Amino acid sequence: MITIKYFGMLAEHTQCNEEQLDFKAVKLSELLEDLNIKYKFNPDSFHVALNRKLVQDSEDITLQLQDEIALLPPFAGG
Amino acid sequence: MKNIFIEGAIPPSFIADSIAKHQSKHTIGGHNIFLGQVRADVIDHKTVAAIDFTAYEDMALEQIADIREKAFKTFNLTCMHIYHSLGTVKAGELCFFVFVSAKHSKDVYAATEYLVNIIKKKVPIFGKEIFEDNSHQWKTNIT
Repeated sequence: MITIKYFGMLAEHTQCNEEQLDFKAVKLSELLEDLNIKYKFNPDSFHVALNRKLVQDSEDITLQLQDEIALLPPFAGG
Repeated sequence: MKNIFIEGAIPPSFIADSIAKHQSKHTIGGHNIFLGQVRADVIDHKTVAAIDFTAYEDMALEQIADIREKAFKTFNLTCMHIYHSLGTVKAGELCFFVFVSAKHSKDVYAATEYLVNIIKKKVPIFGKEIFEDNSHQWKTNIT
């Protein structure tokens, strides 16, 4: 399974904090495209973390079993 | 991994206790403290009453561990304490507490500025500004 976590305004938009998808060996960029279609995200409005590290380029990443992906809106700590 | 999160506002008494706990550490020559406080900003004629904080806690704690390690290497610190609120913090209450101690003042000034800036930029904490009429908007740090 692949876990996708949503935070802040994105969790509000999807109306869930987390969902799990059956594992498929796809590129992270393809998964993000599917999520954009499903939820009509503005792709410029968030960062993506894979296994708790920020991703710079999702094109080169093929998902692994039990990966955790997080969609992170702008940070507001402090 | 060290937890930094506190549920609700950070009580001033917690800060006083933290200071008191350092009196037995006799290599410390100076402390510096940064306290983040919730502002009652007025946006489109509506006043912010509170901020509701959430975080990607696992990632936040990993980031903080890296930041701590880097700060200990860069500055000659004796102690470093970082706390951030989760949940609702009302205007005027404290939500962020950075406390560093070192032999010399120049190190604590530099470390505090470094820590506050990098935490705002790199740690996945999210803030929902709740207005007095219970409507809300999502806060974004200016970077």
